[in-house]
Amino acid sequence: MSAHAQGNNANTSATSSDAGDSGTKGMPLVHAVNVMKSFHDVQVLKGIDMDVRKGQVICLLGPSGSGKTTFLRCINQLETIDGGRIWVDGELMGYEDRGGTLHRLNSKAIAAQRREIGMVFQRFNLFPHKTTLENIMEAPIQVKGEKKSEARDRALALLERVGLLDKPSAYPSQLSGGQQQRVAIARAMAMQPKLMLFDEPTSALDPELVGEVLAVMRELANDGTTMIVVTHEMSFAREVADHVVFMDGGVVVEQGDPKSVINNPQHARTKSFLSRMQAEPQAVEHVPASLEEAIIAVEIPRPGGELFIPVEHFPEEDE
Amino acid sequence: MSTPSTTDRPGLIEARPVRHPWRWVAIAVIALLVAMLANMVVTNPAWDWGFVFKAMVQSPVLRGLYVGTLLTTVLAMAVGIAGGVLTAVMRLSDNPILSGVAWVFTWFFRGIPRYVLLFTMGTLGILFQKGLGLGIPFDWKIQELLGISGSWRFATLDANALFAGLFGAVLGLGLSEAAYMSEIARAGILSVDKGQSEAAEALGMSSGKSMLRIVLPQAMRVIVPPTGNETIAMVKDTSLLIALPLTTELFFQLQAIGSRTYKVFPAAVAASIWYLFITSILMVGQFYLERHFGRGFGQKKPKNKRFARAAGMGGA
Repeated sequence: MSAHAQGNNANTSATSSDAGDSGTKGMPLVHAVNVMKSFHDVQVLKGIDMDVRKGQVICLLGPSGSGKTTFLRCINQLETIDGGRIWVDGELMGYEDRGGTLHRLNSKAIAAQRREIGMVFQRFNLFPHKTTLENIMEAPIQVKGEKKSEARDRALALLERVGLLDKPSAYPSQLSGGQQQRVAIARAMAMQPKLMLFDEPTSALDPELVGEVLAVMRELANDGTTMIVVTHEMSFAREVADHVVFMDGGVVVEQGDPKSVINNPQHARTKSFLSRMQAEPQAVEHVPASLEEAIIAVEIPRPGGELFIPVEHFPEEDE
Repeated sequence: MSTPSTTDRPGLIEARPVRHPWRWVAIAVIALLVAMLANMVVTNPAWDWGFVFKAMVQSPVLRGLYVGTLLTTVLAMAVGIAGGVLTAVMRLSDNPILSGVAWVFTWFFRGIPRYVLLFTMGTLGILFQKGLGLGIPFDWKIQELLGISGSWRFATLDANALFAGLFGAVLGLGLSEAAYMSEIARAGILSVDKGQSEAAEALGMSSGKSMLRIVLPQAMRVIVPPTGNETIAMVKDTSLLIALPLTTELFFQLQAIGSRTYKVFPAAVAASIWYLFITSILMVGQFYLERHFGRGFGQKKPKNKRFARAAGMGGA
């Protein structure tokens, strides 16, 4: 299951030193240099460099508290960085450089920058007072000013893509966790972002629901979506990522090709983290190749004889 | 019902319930008290029920009910809810000027008793003895500096009539209510998970849009129940309007009838019945309103307890 058609990146190994001040031309989609962030007195990010090229899938690995999530949130400015610079598609995030002096962007300009970046949260964060379809249509209509019919068509296409075409009018509380996360992915994709950020998208899910979300993410990756994924699912890092970055204590400890980092870690901290991860039971052995496969996989007859179908099992609907 | 049970496997439980002898004692005592009360209500001539029901439907009383009680409640609550939500949003804003203004507003209007506030409101006319002019601020000063003359005012209103009338009533009660509603709305907004506004902002929504479309609709679930209580309290507080003085108001009119006819007690009973009637209707309305806003949130049924709680509270 290791071979996957990607074909969009001959330049897998990302290094940050070469881009420098060469301007927007030839700059990777995400270009982060010496990113620093402190919460009160605790420095969470101690100078992170990272480049992500268009179409690449990057996995951020590392123990909790290593700064992975914080770094992800800094990219779309849910956190304001204290030092360093982040460019997305050649645009400096949060500031305007006027002749060497940085000017803070106003909230309107920051909102415009965020439009280009989709984010999927650990706890889904769907809007509970809106249906599935309304959740997906909300931002295209309200932010981009799209026509309702246009937004609706794309929302339905996205629902089909995440395998939930049968649930356009369900409220989030009527969906399983896996279904909610798939809606959340569709909601982020509806803005047609240049970059997708995933913040531990499967950590809040029951193990049997992890596969369906990973399968959707794999399909997005195969379609050439640029993705940065914070995850503890080693199978996803191994099989889907083009590049993995191991973080610990606010610094990048080790990075490179998934197979070489995961199978043959060089750094002691990477080794101990990976051996701990291997000791823990993983939700999925392999990332399902497709959503259909993921959903069939959980319909395995149990030893007792009854069919175990957690995907279709959601809380009973309100009267 | 009877699954085959062998001797060693216990079957269905058929136990004696716990006895509650004191409940029967309580029922007896209450029954006695109710009987005494009923006897007094029927036989004591001071109740004068005929007068009570006649007084309740006198046309000045009904006019007072419509204008001073019901209309003022509706308008003051509209001002209070709109002002309260606005102040709450301002309070939670990153803008220190907005949050400062909101804090001062709440501090001022929460600190003054409603009766005193209404009394003061009614005397505000003294500040504008030449009338309340609407126009360009400091116009006389500007005209003096430029050496020109003329009127830069669009309208001049009679401040005495304005502040001591329905406008003053709605403004006084509404602003006071806004200060309380501000705290209620703030609690409602803070009760919405932070992930909601983060998700909205990650989609590129402005913070205003995120508040209006994502956070406030969810905050309503928390805001509505105490707002029902506030509305019920507002109905009762309209009886303070005599402080303005606004006389087209239920309690004042009944009191006036009572003192003119020397039947003060039946008039007070008439007023109490009217207030109980209105607040009871509002409680039923609140029950359905809460059920509406609880939908879509994975809450199966609104608990009936809420109705009881609404009925039990409502002071101020």
